[in-house]
Amino acid sequence: MRRGRLAVVLLVVATSAAGWAVAATGVSPPPPSPQERTVTLDVRYSRFSPAELEVRPGTTVRFVVRNGDPIAHELIVGDQRVQDVHERGSEAHHGDRPGEVSVPAGGTATTTYTFSRPGRVLLGCHLPGHWDYGMRGVMNVR
Amino acid sequence: MRRVLVPLAVVAAIVLGAGPALACGGLIGPNGTVTLVKTTTLAAYHEGVEHYVTSFRFAGPGGAFGSIVPLPGVPTNVERGGDWTLQRLVREVAPREARATSGAVELAADAAAPAEVLLQTRVDALDLTVLKGGGTAVGEWAAQNGFLLSPDAPEVLDFYANRSPIFLAARFDADAARQRGLSLGDGIPVHLTIPTSNPWVPLRILGLGRQANERVDADVFLLTERRPALLPGDEAPGLQLVRQERASGSLLGDLRSDAGMGWVPESMWLSYLRVAASPEDLTYDLAVDATGADRPSASAAGLREGAVVGGGEDGGGADGGGEDGGGDGRSGLALGLVIAGAGVAVIGAAAAGLLFRNDDGSPA
Repeated sequence: MRRGRLAVVLLVVATSAAGWAVAATGVSPPPPSPQERTVTLDVRYSRFSPAELEVRPGTTVRFVVRNGDPIAHELIVGDQRVQDVHERGSEAHHGDRPGEVSVPAGGTATTTYTFSRPGRVLLGCHLPGHWDYGMRGVMNVR
Repeated sequence: MRRVLVPLAVVAAIVLGAGPALACGGLIGPNGTVTLVKTTTLAAYHEGVEHYVTSFRFAGPGGAFGSIVPLPGVPTNVERGGDWTLQRLVREVAPREARATSGAVELAADAAAPAEVLLQTRVDALDLTVLKGGGTAVGEWAAQNGFLLSPDAPEVLDFYANRSPIFLAARFDADAARQRGLSLGDGIPVHLTIPTSNPWVPLRILGLGRQANERVDADVFLLTERRPALLPGDEAPGLQLVRQERASGSLLGDLRSDAGMGWVPESMWLSYLRVAASPEDLTYDLAVDATGADRPSASAAGLREGAVVGGGEDGGGADGGGEDGGGDGRSGLALGLVIAGAGVAVIGAAAAGLLFRNDDGSPA
């Protein structure tokens, strides 16, 4: 278990487009905006799946985090500095800031985050031991 | 959130574990720091009944401590164990370095159903609960009852639940222990009587909650009427068969003299295995075939997925041992086992499974 395995972040999966919902009958739906997307992150055995995603700069992603574990998790979106802060931090619950949400055991939670600039943005859980265990992922913004 | 601080506690010559299941106790104090993690266990088989004598040891400033132990079957009785048994077994090895019947309770569990509480009792300052359920269900029960699971717990609970959906959750109330006059390092022995046909020793559970750079050290003692076939053998990383010999008459006599230990037969075979592995390497359990068939179960060893509800179902490929003339020709009527941890480095993340929340309910 642990770091060796955890470090194995793989799988590049195209993001889902669940957020591109269109409506109305008889009217041509507008093309989905590249600026808004919904990504479903499944959590099982303290790992995100998919663990690596790609988005375009300027995209706002609505993360739907489905926790299949019997333990609580959280999703923190941000660069290494943000992850470091949360790794040292002591907040018991997240949900007020974009890209930060706590997910109860067996539950689902959502948060949004705008990926404004190209680069790598990290996903992580910082409940005790979870980051070191490998509960992390990456968003490639390009 | 941040990781729990984990002071290393080196404990010499103390038995560790719980059950053929070894239950090294992952104990955590209210402030999130571990003060002592140590559990002592003897499990023995005789005429289809397995006897566990497990001692939960701890030291803490107060609050609650807990651990969880995977079991090979459903206990029919849980009571206070004798005090002498575990001490005598440790002493036996200190100078030097079953015929079983199927349990009466169906072991299959609905993975989606809530955990079923089969038995609850209190032994001194220990609140003991026997659970039946899938890994997720047991984890949910634990969380609802104040335990804090380490991040690897969901996978490890499934690892065991897929083979035997029976777990023992032990909650050690330090305040109650103090009121009873227990001191730092004292233990409370617990004796579980478990009909089972499938002896196996959980080893992977020892790595639960540990970091990759830590090491799991434990001593495993087996007592069988025949020389047992074991899986995995010496080829497994971090597992070494140190001794195999007939148990001394004095040892068996001493064990027999303790409370609840009258079932110990006149002759048994002693095997001593040492575990010294990284958590990453410790991905297996120890399957024991004491029937003379020389076919320890790969499933029971955790090397193959699938329920183990009867033992010897898959042959598994024995690694030696087998019939050697030991015993009396019956089919493995007795097996005893003790997990002993000598020089055990213990961490704060529940070696045996579960951590409690702080008194205010927040994660430790």
